[in-house]
Amino acid sequence: MSVIQRVLPPEPPPPALAAGWSASRIIGHLFLAIWIAGSVALFLFLVGSYDSQKMIQYGPGYLSGLWITLQLVIISVVLGAILSVPVALGRMSTNKVFGALAYVYVYFFRGTPLIAQLFLIYYGLGQFRGALETVGLWTFFREPWYCALFAFTLNTAAYQAEILRGAIASVPVGQHEGAAALGLPRNVTFRKIILPQAMMVALRPYGNEIILMIKGSAIVSIITVFDLMGETRRAFSRTFDFQTYLWAAVFYLLIVEALRNLWAVLERRLTRHLKR
Amino acid sequence: MRIQKFMLAASAATLALTMGAASAQEVVRIGTEGAYPPFNVLEADGTLTGFDIDIANALCEEMEVQCEFVTSDWDGIIPGLLAGRFDAIIASMSITEERKQQVDFTEKYYNTPPAIAVPNDSELTEATDEALSGIALGAQSSTTHSNYAEEKLPSADLRLYPTADEYKLDIASGRIDAVIDDVIVLSEWLDSEDGACCKLLDTLETDPVINGEGAGIAVRPGEDELREKFNAAILAIRENGTYQEINDKYFDVDVYGS
Repeated sequence: MSVIQRVLPPEPPPPALAAGWSASRIIGHLFLAIWIAGSVALFLFLVGSYDSQKMIQYGPGYLSGLWITLQLVIISVVLGAILSVPVALGRMSTNKVFGALAYVYVYFFRGTPLIAQLFLIYYGLGQFRGALETVGLWTFFREPWYCALFAFTLNTAAYQAEILRGAIASVPVGQHEGAAALGLPRNVTFRKIILPQAMMVALRPYGNEIILMIKGSAIVSIITVFDLMGETRRAFSRTFDFQTYLWAAVFYLLIVEALRNLWAVLERRLTRHLKR
Repeated sequence: MRIQKFMLAASAATLALTMGAASAQEVVRIGTEGAYPPFNVLEADGTLTGFDIDIANALCEEMEVQCEFVTSDWDGIIPGLLAGRFDAIIASMSITEERKQQVDFTEKYYNTPPAIAVPNDSELTEATDEALSGIALGAQSSTTHSNYAEEKLPSADLRLYPTADEYKLDIASGRIDAVIDDVIVLSEWLDSEDGACCKLLDTLETDPVINGEGAGIAVRPGEDELREKFNAAILAIRENGTYQEINDKYFDVDVYGS
Protein backbone atom coordinates (compact mmCIF):
# COMPACT_ATOMS: atom_id res chain seq x y z
CA MET A 1 0.00 0.00 0.00
CA SER A 2 1.50 3.20 -1.06
CA VAL A 3 1.20 6.33 0.96
CA ILE A 4 2.28 9.79 0.01
CA GLN A 5 5.61 10.28 1.66
CA ARG A 6 6.69 13.59 0.34
CA VAL A 7 4.94 16.64 -1.13
CA LEU A 8 6.86 18.62 -3.74
CA PRO A 9 7.29 22.26 -2.73
CA PRO A 10 5.50 24.70 -5.00
CA GLU A 11 7.71 25.91 -7.82
CA PRO A 12 7.73 29.49 -9.05
CA PRO A 13 6.10 29.95 -12.48
CA PRO A 14 8.43 29.85 -15.47
CA PRO A 15 9.84 33.28 -16.34
CA ALA A 16 7.64 35.30 -18.71
CA LEU A 17 8.85 35.30 -22.30
CA ALA A 18 10.78 38.42 -23.20
CA ALA A 19 8.36 40.73 -25.00
CA GLY A 20 10.55 41.64 -27.93
CA TRP A 21 9.44 43.72 -30.89
CA SER A 22 8.68 40.87 -33.23
CA ALA A 23 7.54 41.66 -36.78
CA SER A 24 3.96 40.67 -36.13
CA ARG A 25 3.86 42.86 -33.04
CA ILE A 26 5.10 45.85 -34.97
CA ILE A 27 2.54 45.28 -37.72
CA GLY A 28 -0.19 44.90 -35.13
CA HIS A 29 0.71 48.18 -33.46
CA LEU A 30 0.92 49.84 -36.84
CA PHE A 31 -2.57 48.74 -37.79
CA LEU A 32 -3.93 49.80 -34.44
CA ALA A 33 -2.33 53.21 -34.91
CA ILE A 34 -3.94 53.53 -38.37
CA TRP A 35 -7.33 52.63 -36.94
CA ILE A 36 -7.00 55.08 -34.08
CA ALA A 37 -5.81 57.83 -36.41
CA GLY A 38 -8.74 57.09 -38.73
CA SER A 39 -11.32 57.32 -35.95
CA VAL A 40 -9.79 60.51 -34.60
CA ALA A 41 -9.82 62.01 -38.09
CA LEU A 42 -13.45 61.00 -38.58
CA PHE A 43 -14.39 62.48 -35.22
CA LEU A 44 -12.53 65.71 -35.94
CA PHE A 45 -14.11 65.90 -39.37
CA LEU A 46 -17.62 65.50 -37.95
CA VAL A 47 -16.93 68.11 -35.28
CA GLY A 48 -15.19 70.47 -37.68
CA SER A 49 -17.87 70.39 -40.34
CA TYR A 50 -20.75 70.48 -37.89
CA ASP A 51 -23.44 72.61 -39.47
CA SER A 52 -26.18 73.56 -37.06
CA GLN A 53 -28.40 74.71 -39.92
CA LYS A 54 -28.38 71.28 -41.55
CA MET A 55 -28.70 69.66 -38.15
CA ILE A 56 -31.90 71.58 -37.43
CA GLN A 57 -33.27 70.92 -40.88
CA TYR A 58 -32.46 67.22 -41.24
CA GLY A 59 -31.86 66.06 -37.64
CA PRO A 60 -35.53 65.33 -36.92
CA GLY A 61 -35.75 63.36 -40.17
CA TYR A 62 -32.79 61.23 -39.08
CA LEU A 63 -34.37 60.54 -35.72
CA SER A 64 -37.71 59.54 -37.23
CA GLY A 65 -35.83 57.36 -39.72
CA LEU A 66 -33.86 55.77 -36.91
CA TRP A 67 -37.08 55.03 -35.06
CA ILE A 68 -38.60 53.44 -38.18
CA THR A 69 -35.50 51.27 -38.64
CA LEU A 70 -35.57 50.16 -35.00
CA GLN A 71 -39.29 49.41 -35.08
CA LEU A 72 -39.01 47.42 -38.29
CA VAL A 73 -36.06 45.37 -37.11
CA ILE A 74 -37.30 44.71 -33.59
CA ILE A 75 -40.82 43.70 -34.63
CA SER A 76 -39.69 41.59 -37.57
CA VAL A 77 -37.01 39.80 -35.53
CA VAL A 78 -39.48 38.97 -32.76
CA LEU A 79 -42.18 37.78 -35.19
CA GLY A 80 -39.50 35.93 -37.15
CA ALA A 81 -38.35 34.17 -33.97
CA ILE A 82 -41.89 32.97 -33.34
CA LEU A 83 -42.33 31.82 -36.93
CA SER A 84 -38.92 30.15 -36.94
CA VAL A 85 -39.95 27.58 -34.29
CA PRO A 86 -42.43 25.66 -36.47
CA VAL A 87 -40.08 25.99 -39.44
CA ALA A 88 -37.15 24.59 -37.45
CA LEU A 89 -39.34 21.77 -36.14
CA GLY A 90 -40.43 21.10 -39.72
CA ARG A 91 -36.80 20.95 -40.83
CA MET A 92 -36.06 18.38 -38.11
CA SER A 93 -39.28 16.48 -38.64
CA THR A 94 -39.19 12.95 -39.96
CA ASN A 95 -42.49 13.63 -41.71
CA LYS A 96 -41.65 13.98 -45.40
CA VAL A 97 -44.32 16.61 -46.14
CA PHE A 98 -43.46 18.95 -43.26
CA GLY A 99 -39.76 18.46 -43.93
CA ALA A 100 -40.11 19.35 -47.61
CA LEU A 101 -42.29 22.39 -46.92
CA ALA A 102 -39.86 23.79 -44.38
CA TYR A 103 -36.92 23.00 -46.64
CA VAL A 104 -38.45 24.84 -49.62
CA TYR A 105 -39.33 27.83 -47.44
CA VAL A 106 -35.82 28.13 -46.04
CA TYR A 107 -34.28 27.42 -49.44
CA PHE A 108 -36.24 30.23 -51.10
CA PHE A 109 -35.80 32.90 -48.47
CA ARG A 110 -32.12 32.24 -47.87
CA GLY A 111 -31.38 31.79 -51.53
CA THR A 112 -32.82 35.03 -52.89
CA PRO A 113 -31.88 38.62 -52.07
CA LEU A 114 -33.99 40.45 -49.51
CA ILE A 115 -34.47 43.32 -51.95
CA ALA A 116 -36.04 40.94 -54.48
CA GLN A 117 -38.35 39.52 -51.83
CA LEU A 118 -39.39 43.00 -50.75
CA PHE A 119 -40.03 44.04 -54.34
CA LEU A 120 -42.02 40.89 -55.08
CA ILE A 121 -44.19 41.30 -52.01
CA TYR A 122 -44.81 45.01 -52.48
CA TYR A 123 -45.05 45.61 -56.23
CA GLY A 124 -45.76 41.98 -57.14
CA LEU A 125 -48.73 41.54 -54.83
CA GLY A 126 -49.90 45.04 -55.78
CA GLN A 127 -50.85 43.60 -59.17
CA PHE A 128 -53.32 41.22 -57.55
CA ARG A 129 -55.40 43.81 -55.81
CA GLY A 130 -58.71 42.24 -56.88
CA ALA A 131 -57.83 38.83 -55.50
CA LEU A 132 -56.41 40.29 -52.29
CA GLU A 133 -59.53 42.39 -51.79
CA THR A 134 -61.76 39.33 -52.07
CA VAL A 135 -59.88 37.60 -49.30
CA GLY A 136 -59.74 40.81 -47.28
CA LEU A 137 -55.95 41.12 -47.27
CA TRP A 138 -55.68 44.29 -49.34
CA THR A 139 -55.86 46.63 -46.33
CA PHE A 140 -52.73 44.86 -45.07
CA PHE A 141 -50.80 44.76 -48.33
CA ARG A 142 -51.83 48.27 -49.30
CA GLU A 143 -49.55 49.75 -46.67
CA PRO A 144 -45.84 49.78 -47.51
CA TRP A 145 -45.00 49.54 -43.82
CA TYR A 146 -46.83 46.22 -43.41
CA CYS A 147 -45.34 44.88 -46.63
CA ALA A 148 -41.87 45.68 -45.34
CA LEU A 149 -42.60 44.06 -42.01
CA PHE A 150 -44.02 40.99 -43.76
CA ALA A 151 -41.01 40.59 -46.06
CA PHE A 152 -38.48 41.09 -43.28
CA THR A 153 -40.30 38.67 -40.97
CA LEU A 154 -40.42 35.92 -43.59
CA ASN A 155 -36.76 36.48 -44.44
CA THR A 156 -35.41 36.50 -40.92
CA ALA A 157 -37.60 33.55 -39.93
CA ALA A 158 -35.82 31.42 -42.53
CA TYR A 159 -32.40 32.32 -41.17
CA GLN A 160 -33.48 32.00 -37.56
CA ALA A 161 -35.02 28.60 -38.23
CA GLU A 162 -31.65 27.37 -39.48
CA ILE A 163 -29.87 28.84 -36.45
CA LEU A 164 -32.37 27.19 -34.14
CA ARG A 165 -32.20 23.85 -35.92
CA GLY A 166 -28.42 23.82 -35.86
CA ALA A 167 -28.32 24.75 -32.20
CA ILE A 168 -30.82 22.09 -31.18
CA ALA A 169 -28.95 19.50 -33.20
CA SER A 170 -25.73 20.47 -31.44
CA VAL A 171 -27.02 19.35 -28.03
CA PRO A 172 -25.48 15.89 -27.41
CA VAL A 173 -27.85 12.98 -27.72
CA GLY A 174 -26.84 11.93 -24.19
CA GLN A 175 -28.79 14.88 -22.83
CA HIS A 176 -31.98 13.52 -24.40
CA GLU A 177 -31.21 10.04 -23.12
CA GLY A 178 -30.41 11.29 -19.64
CA ALA A 179 -33.66 13.19 -19.48
CA ALA A 180 -35.55 10.16 -20.75
CA ALA A 181 -33.87 7.99 -18.11
CA LEU A 182 -35.09 10.41 -15.43
CA GLY A 183 -38.60 10.01 -16.81
CA LEU A 184 -39.00 13.67 -17.80
CA PRO A 185 -41.80 14.41 -20.24
CA ARG A 186 -40.70 15.48 -23.72
CA ASN A 187 -41.86 19.08 -23.44
CA VAL A 188 -40.10 19.56 -20.11
CA THR A 189 -36.96 18.00 -21.56
CA PHE A 190 -37.11 20.42 -24.45
CA ARG A 191 -37.83 23.51 -22.40
CA LYS A 192 -35.55 22.91 -19.42
CA ILE A 193 -32.69 20.86 -20.83
CA ILE A 194 -32.36 21.09 -24.59
CA LEU A 195 -33.37 24.71 -25.23
CA PRO A 196 -31.09 26.38 -22.64
CA GLN A 197 -28.09 24.48 -23.99
CA ALA A 198 -29.11 25.18 -27.57
CA MET A 199 -29.45 28.87 -26.76
CA MET A 200 -25.81 29.06 -25.72
CA VAL A 201 -24.83 27.88 -29.17
CA ALA A 202 -27.46 29.98 -30.93
CA LEU A 203 -26.82 33.26 -29.15
CA ARG A 204 -23.96 34.52 -31.31
CA PRO A 205 -25.57 33.55 -34.64
CA TYR A 206 -28.77 35.27 -33.47
CA GLY A 207 -26.78 38.41 -32.78
CA ASN A 208 -25.28 38.23 -36.24
CA GLU A 209 -28.70 37.77 -37.78
CA ILE A 210 -30.09 40.84 -36.01
CA ILE A 211 -27.10 42.90 -37.11
CA LEU A 212 -27.62 41.73 -40.68
CA MET A 213 -31.30 42.67 -40.44
CA ILE A 214 -30.44 46.14 -39.17
CA LYS A 215 -28.21 46.72 -42.15
CA GLY A 216 -30.47 44.84 -44.55
CA SER A 217 -33.40 47.03 -43.57
CA ALA A 218 -31.65 49.94 -45.30
CA ILE A 219 -33.25 48.90 -48.59
CA VAL A 220 -36.77 49.56 -47.36
CA SER A 221 -36.93 53.04 -48.85
CA ILE A 222 -37.45 51.51 -52.31
CA ILE A 223 -41.02 50.88 -51.22
CA THR A 224 -41.44 54.42 -49.82
CA VAL A 225 -40.85 53.56 -46.15
CA PHE A 226 -38.34 56.22 -45.17
CA ASP A 227 -36.06 54.60 -42.64
CA LEU A 228 -32.65 55.88 -41.52
CA MET A 229 -31.13 55.23 -44.94
CA GLY A 230 -34.08 56.76 -46.77
CA GLU A 231 -33.87 59.93 -44.70
CA THR A 232 -30.14 60.01 -45.35
CA ARG A 233 -30.69 59.83 -49.09
CA ARG A 234 -33.31 62.54 -48.85
CA ALA A 235 -30.94 64.81 -46.94
CA PHE A 236 -28.17 64.02 -49.42
CA SER A 237 -30.38 64.86 -52.38
CA ARG A 238 -30.98 68.31 -50.93
CA THR A 239 -27.46 69.09 -49.73
CA PHE A 240 -25.16 66.90 -51.88
CA ASP A 241 -23.03 66.67 -48.77
CA PHE A 242 -21.52 63.22 -48.28
CA GLN A 243 -21.45 63.92 -44.57
CA THR A 244 -25.10 62.88 -44.53
CA TYR A 245 -23.94 59.33 -45.21
CA LEU A 246 -21.30 59.58 -42.51
CA TRP A 247 -23.99 60.42 -40.00
CA ALA A 248 -26.01 57.44 -41.16
CA ALA A 249 -22.94 55.24 -40.70
CA VAL A 250 -22.46 56.63 -37.19
CA PHE A 251 -26.08 55.84 -36.31
CA TYR A 252 -25.84 52.29 -37.65
CA LEU A 253 -22.56 51.80 -35.77
CA LEU A 254 -24.17 52.98 -32.55
CA ILE A 255 -27.06 50.54 -32.93
CA VAL A 256 -24.71 47.64 -33.63
CA GLU A 257 -22.42 48.63 -30.76
CA ALA A 258 -25.37 48.74 -28.35
CA LEU A 259 -26.46 45.33 -29.57
CA ARG A 260 -22.96 43.92 -29.20
CA ASN A 261 -22.85 45.00 -25.56
CA LEU A 262 -26.29 43.59 -24.88
CA TRP A 263 -25.16 40.31 -26.38
CA ALA A 264 -22.06 40.21 -24.17
CA VAL A 265 -24.33 40.55 -21.12
CA LEU A 266 -26.66 37.83 -22.40
CA GLU A 267 -23.76 35.49 -23.03
CA ARG A 268 -22.36 35.99 -19.53
CA ARG A 269 -25.80 35.25 -18.13
CA LEU A 270 -26.34 32.09 -20.19
CA THR A 271 -22.88 30.66 -19.52
CA ARG A 272 -22.55 31.64 -15.87
CA HIS A 273 -22.30 27.97 -14.83
CA LEU A 274 -19.14 27.65 -16.92
CA LYS A 275 -17.36 30.52 -15.19
CA ARG A 276 -14.72 29.66 -12.63
CA MET B 1 15.55 39.98 -74.78
CA ARG B 2 12.38 38.72 -76.33
CA ILE B 3 10.28 40.16 -73.55
CA GLN B 4 11.85 43.57 -73.98
CA LYS B 5 11.08 43.53 -77.67
CA PHE B 6 7.52 42.53 -76.94
CA MET B 7 7.12 45.35 -74.43
CA LEU B 8 8.49 47.81 -76.89
CA ALA B 9 6.08 46.69 -79.55
CA ALA B 10 3.18 46.77 -77.08
CA SER B 11 3.93 50.28 -75.89
CA ALA B 12 4.29 51.48 -79.46
CA ALA B 13 0.90 49.98 -80.26
CA THR B 14 -0.67 51.66 -77.24
CA LEU B 15 0.82 54.97 -78.25
CA ALA B 16 -0.54 54.61 -81.75
CA LEU B 17 -3.99 53.76 -80.38
CA THR B 18 -4.18 56.71 -78.02
CA MET B 19 -2.93 59.07 -80.68
CA GLY B 20 -5.50 57.70 -83.08
CA ALA B 21 -8.30 58.36 -80.59
CA ALA B 22 -7.06 61.87 -79.90
CA SER B 23 -7.08 62.78 -83.54
CA ALA B 24 -10.63 61.48 -83.92
CA GLN B 25 -13.61 63.35 -82.51
CA GLU B 26 -13.59 64.41 -78.91
CA VAL B 27 -15.81 62.22 -76.75
CA VAL B 28 -18.31 63.81 -74.38
CA ARG B 29 -19.85 61.41 -71.91
CA ILE B 30 -23.48 62.24 -71.20
CA GLY B 31 -25.08 61.04 -67.98
CA THR B 32 -28.79 60.23 -68.08
CA GLU B 33 -31.29 58.27 -66.04
CA GLY B 34 -33.18 56.14 -68.53
CA ALA B 35 -36.36 55.80 -66.48
CA TYR B 36 -38.24 58.96 -67.37
CA PRO B 37 -40.35 58.47 -70.47
CA PRO B 38 -40.80 60.18 -72.83
CA PHE B 39 -37.66 62.16 -72.04
CA ASN B 40 -35.16 59.40 -71.46
CA VAL B 41 -35.90 55.70 -71.58
CA LEU B 42 -33.63 52.70 -71.39
CA GLU B 43 -35.33 50.28 -73.79
CA ALA B 44 -35.48 46.54 -73.21
CA ASP B 45 -32.74 46.00 -75.79
CA GLY B 46 -30.39 48.36 -73.94
CA THR B 47 -30.66 51.36 -76.25
CA LEU B 48 -31.56 54.79 -74.97
CA THR B 49 -34.40 56.72 -76.55
CA GLY B 50 -36.40 59.83 -75.77
CA PHE B 51 -36.48 63.56 -76.14
CA ASP B 52 -33.40 64.15 -73.97
CA ILE B 53 -31.42 61.58 -75.93
CA ASP B 54 -32.40 63.02 -79.32
CA ILE B 55 -31.61 66.52 -78.12
CA ALA B 56 -28.26 65.32 -76.76
CA ASN B 57 -27.40 63.69 -80.06
CA ALA B 58 -28.41 66.81 -81.98
CA LEU B 59 -26.30 68.98 -79.66
CA CYS B 60 -23.28 66.71 -79.99
CA GLU B 61 -23.61 66.77 -83.77
CA GLU B 62 -23.79 70.54 -83.64
CA MET B 63 -20.75 70.69 -81.37
CA GLU B 64 -18.94 68.16 -83.59
CA VAL B 65 -18.16 65.84 -80.72
CA GLN B 66 -18.96 62.21 -80.16
CA CYS B 67 -21.68 61.51 -77.58
CA GLU B 68 -21.35 58.56 -75.27
CA PHE B 69 -24.23 57.85 -72.91
CA VAL B 70 -23.84 56.62 -69.35
CA THR B 71 -26.90 55.72 -67.27
CA SER B 72 -27.04 56.49 -63.58
CA ASP B 73 -29.54 56.33 -60.74
CA TRP B 74 -31.30 59.62 -60.33
CA ASP B 75 -30.19 59.97 -56.71
CA GLY B 76 -26.57 59.50 -57.68
CA ILE B 77 -26.48 61.43 -60.91
CA ILE B 78 -24.98 64.68 -59.58
CA PRO B 79 -22.34 62.87 -57.47
CA GLY B 80 -21.61 60.80 -60.61
CA LEU B 81 -20.98 63.96 -62.60
CA LEU B 82 -18.78 65.43 -59.87
CA ALA B 83 -16.84 62.18 -59.62
CA GLY B 84 -16.12 62.35 -63.34
CA ARG B 85 -18.14 59.33 -64.41
CA PHE B 86 -19.53 61.56 -67.16
CA ASP B 87 -19.04 65.11 -68.35
CA ALA B 88 -22.59 66.43 -68.60
CA ILE B 89 -26.07 65.51 -67.42
CA ILE B 90 -28.84 65.60 -69.99
CA ALA B 91 -31.69 64.06 -68.07
CA SER B 92 -34.49 66.61 -67.76
CA MET B 93 -32.75 68.14 -64.78
CA SER B 94 -34.43 71.31 -63.59
CA ILE B 95 -32.15 74.26 -62.99
CA THR B 96 -32.59 74.99 -59.28
CA GLU B 97 -30.69 77.02 -56.72
CA GLU B 98 -29.88 73.93 -54.65
CA ARG B 99 -28.34 72.17 -57.62
CA LYS B 100 -26.54 75.31 -58.80
CA GLN B 101 -24.48 75.16 -55.63
CA GLN B 102 -23.07 71.86 -56.85
CA VAL B 103 -22.99 72.06 -60.63
CA ASP B 104 -23.15 74.63 -63.40
CA PHE B 105 -26.10 74.70 -65.78
CA THR B 106 -26.54 75.70 -69.38
CA GLU B 107 -29.58 77.67 -70.40
CA LYS B 108 -32.80 75.64 -70.33
CA TYR B 109 -33.57 73.36 -73.23
CA TYR B 110 -37.20 72.89 -72.26
CA ASN B 111 -39.60 74.01 -69.57
CA THR B 112 -42.87 72.34 -68.71
CA PRO B 113 -45.03 72.69 -65.60
CA PRO B 114 -45.75 69.98 -63.01
CA ALA B 115 -49.15 68.34 -62.84
CA ILE B 116 -51.12 65.90 -60.75
CA ALA B 117 -52.72 62.69 -62.00
CA VAL B 118 -55.36 60.68 -60.15
CA PRO B 119 -57.18 57.37 -60.74
CA ASN B 120 -60.25 57.60 -63.00
CA ASP B 121 -62.67 57.06 -60.12
CA SER B 122 -61.01 59.65 -57.90
CA GLU B 123 -63.25 62.12 -56.12
CA LEU B 124 -60.62 64.84 -56.19
CA THR B 125 -61.57 67.86 -58.26
CA GLU B 126 -58.79 70.31 -57.59
CA ALA B 127 -55.09 70.18 -56.89
CA THR B 128 -54.81 72.37 -53.81
CA ASP B 129 -53.17 71.56 -50.51
CA GLU B 130 -56.57 71.59 -48.85
CA ALA B 131 -58.12 69.17 -51.30
CA LEU B 132 -55.12 66.83 -51.11
CA SER B 133 -55.05 66.79 -47.31
CA GLY B 134 -54.41 63.25 -46.08
CA ILE B 135 -54.24 61.91 -49.64
CA ALA B 136 -51.42 59.48 -50.43
CA LEU B 137 -49.43 61.41 -53.03
CA GLY B 138 -46.64 59.69 -54.96
CA ALA B 139 -43.56 61.39 -56.38
CA GLN B 140 -40.08 60.47 -57.50
CA SER B 141 -37.59 61.26 -54.76
CA SER B 142 -34.89 63.93 -55.17
CA THR B 143 -36.89 65.74 -57.86
CA THR B 144 -38.27 69.24 -58.07
CA HIS B 145 -41.70 67.62 -57.95
CA SER B 146 -41.06 65.94 -54.62
CA ASN B 147 -39.68 69.24 -53.30
CA TYR B 148 -42.79 70.97 -54.61
CA ALA B 149 -45.04 68.49 -52.83
CA GLU B 150 -43.07 68.83 -49.60
CA GLU B 151 -43.34 72.59 -49.62
CA LYS B 152 -46.58 73.41 -51.38
CA LEU B 153 -48.70 70.41 -50.50
CA PRO B 154 -47.59 69.62 -46.93
CA SER B 155 -50.97 68.20 -45.89
CA ALA B 156 -50.72 65.34 -48.36
CA ASP B 157 -49.21 62.02 -47.25
CA LEU B 158 -46.15 62.13 -49.52
CA ARG B 159 -44.66 58.81 -50.68
CA LEU B 160 -41.28 58.97 -52.38
CA TYR B 161 -40.33 56.43 -55.04
CA PRO B 162 -36.88 55.75 -56.54
CA THR B 163 -38.13 56.07 -60.14
CA ALA B 164 -41.30 57.10 -61.95
CA ASP B 165 -41.98 53.45 -62.88
CA GLU B 166 -42.73 52.55 -59.29
CA TYR B 167 -45.28 55.23 -58.52
CA LYS B 168 -47.05 54.31 -61.75
CA LEU B 169 -47.36 50.73 -60.51
CA ASP B 170 -48.65 51.90 -57.16
CA ILE B 171 -51.28 54.30 -58.44
CA ALA B 172 -52.49 51.61 -60.84
CA SER B 173 -52.86 49.17 -57.96
CA GLY B 174 -54.61 51.81 -55.87
CA ARG B 175 -52.04 52.13 -53.12
CA ILE B 176 -51.75 55.86 -53.68
CA ASP B 177 -54.45 58.35 -54.59
CA ALA B 178 -52.48 60.81 -56.71
CA VAL B 179 -49.06 61.39 -58.26
CA ILE B 180 -47.17 64.56 -59.04
CA ASP B 181 -44.73 64.87 -61.94
CA ASP B 182 -44.00 66.78 -65.09
CA VAL B 183 -47.14 67.31 -67.17
CA ILE B 184 -45.50 65.82 -70.28
CA VAL B 185 -44.34 62.74 -68.42
CA LEU B 186 -47.80 62.21 -66.96
CA SER B 187 -49.61 62.85 -70.26
CA GLU B 188 -47.39 60.40 -72.11
CA TRP B 189 -48.08 57.75 -69.51
CA LEU B 190 -51.83 58.47 -69.38
CA ASP B 191 -52.03 58.07 -73.16
CA SER B 192 -50.33 54.71 -73.01
CA GLU B 193 -51.94 51.41 -72.10
CA ASP B 194 -50.38 51.40 -68.64
CA GLY B 195 -51.93 54.76 -67.85
CA ALA B 196 -55.48 53.67 -68.58
CA CYS B 197 -56.13 53.62 -64.84
CA CYS B 198 -55.76 57.32 -64.41
CA LYS B 199 -56.47 60.81 -65.61
CA LEU B 200 -54.87 64.24 -65.36
CA LEU B 201 -56.34 66.25 -62.48
CA ASP B 202 -54.72 69.60 -63.01
CA THR B 203 -51.57 71.39 -64.07
CA LEU B 204 -49.85 73.23 -61.24
CA GLU B 205 -48.53 76.74 -61.03
CA THR B 206 -44.74 76.57 -61.22
CA ASP B 207 -42.72 78.12 -58.45
CA PRO B 208 -39.47 79.62 -59.76
CA VAL B 209 -37.64 78.87 -56.51
CA ILE B 210 -38.63 75.20 -56.44
CA ASN B 211 -39.06 74.36 -60.10
CA GLY B 212 -36.30 76.57 -61.39
CA GLU B 213 -36.08 77.95 -64.88
CA GLY B 214 -36.66 74.71 -66.71
CA ALA B 215 -34.52 71.73 -67.61
CA GLY B 216 -30.87 72.44 -68.35
CA ILE B 217 -27.67 70.56 -68.98
CA ALA B 218 -25.46 70.21 -65.92
CA VAL B 219 -21.68 70.28 -66.13
CA ARG B 220 -18.99 70.27 -63.47
CA PRO B 221 -18.42 73.70 -61.93
CA GLY B 222 -15.89 75.76 -63.82
CA GLU B 223 -16.21 73.86 -67.10
CA ASP B 224 -17.28 77.01 -68.85
CA GLU B 225 -15.95 75.98 -72.22
CA LEU B 226 -18.17 72.92 -72.40
CA ARG B 227 -21.12 74.85 -70.97
CA GLU B 228 -20.78 77.60 -73.56
CA LYS B 229 -20.48 75.05 -76.33
CA PHE B 230 -23.74 73.50 -75.18
CA ASN B 231 -25.39 76.91 -74.96
CA ALA B 232 -24.34 77.76 -78.49
CA ALA B 233 -25.53 74.38 -79.71
CA ILE B 234 -28.93 74.81 -78.02
CA LEU B 235 -29.34 78.15 -79.77
CA ALA B 236 -28.22 76.64 -83.06
CA ILE B 237 -30.67 73.74 -83.00
CA ARG B 238 -33.44 76.10 -81.95
CA GLU B 239 -32.70 78.20 -85.00
CA ASN B 240 -32.03 75.57 -87.64
CA GLY B 241 -35.25 73.67 -86.95
CA THR B 242 -33.68 70.52 -85.48
CA TYR B 243 -35.21 71.28 -82.11
CA GLN B 244 -38.65 71.74 -83.62
CA GLU B 245 -38.29 68.46 -85.48
CA ILE B 246 -37.43 66.55 -82.31
CA ASN B 247 -40.14 68.41 -80.41
CA ASP B 248 -42.80 67.44 -82.95
CA LYS B 249 -41.62 63.86 -82.97
CA TYR B 250 -42.58 63.55 -79.30
CA PHE B 251 -45.09 66.24 -78.42
CA ASP B 252 -48.08 68.16 -79.78
CA VAL B 253 -47.08 71.28 -77.89
CA ASP B 254 -43.87 73.29 -77.84
CA VAL B 255 -42.04 72.19 -74.70
CA TYR B 256 -39.39 74.92 -74.91
CA GLY B 257 -41.77 77.26 -73.09
CA SER B 258 -41.58 81.00 -72.99
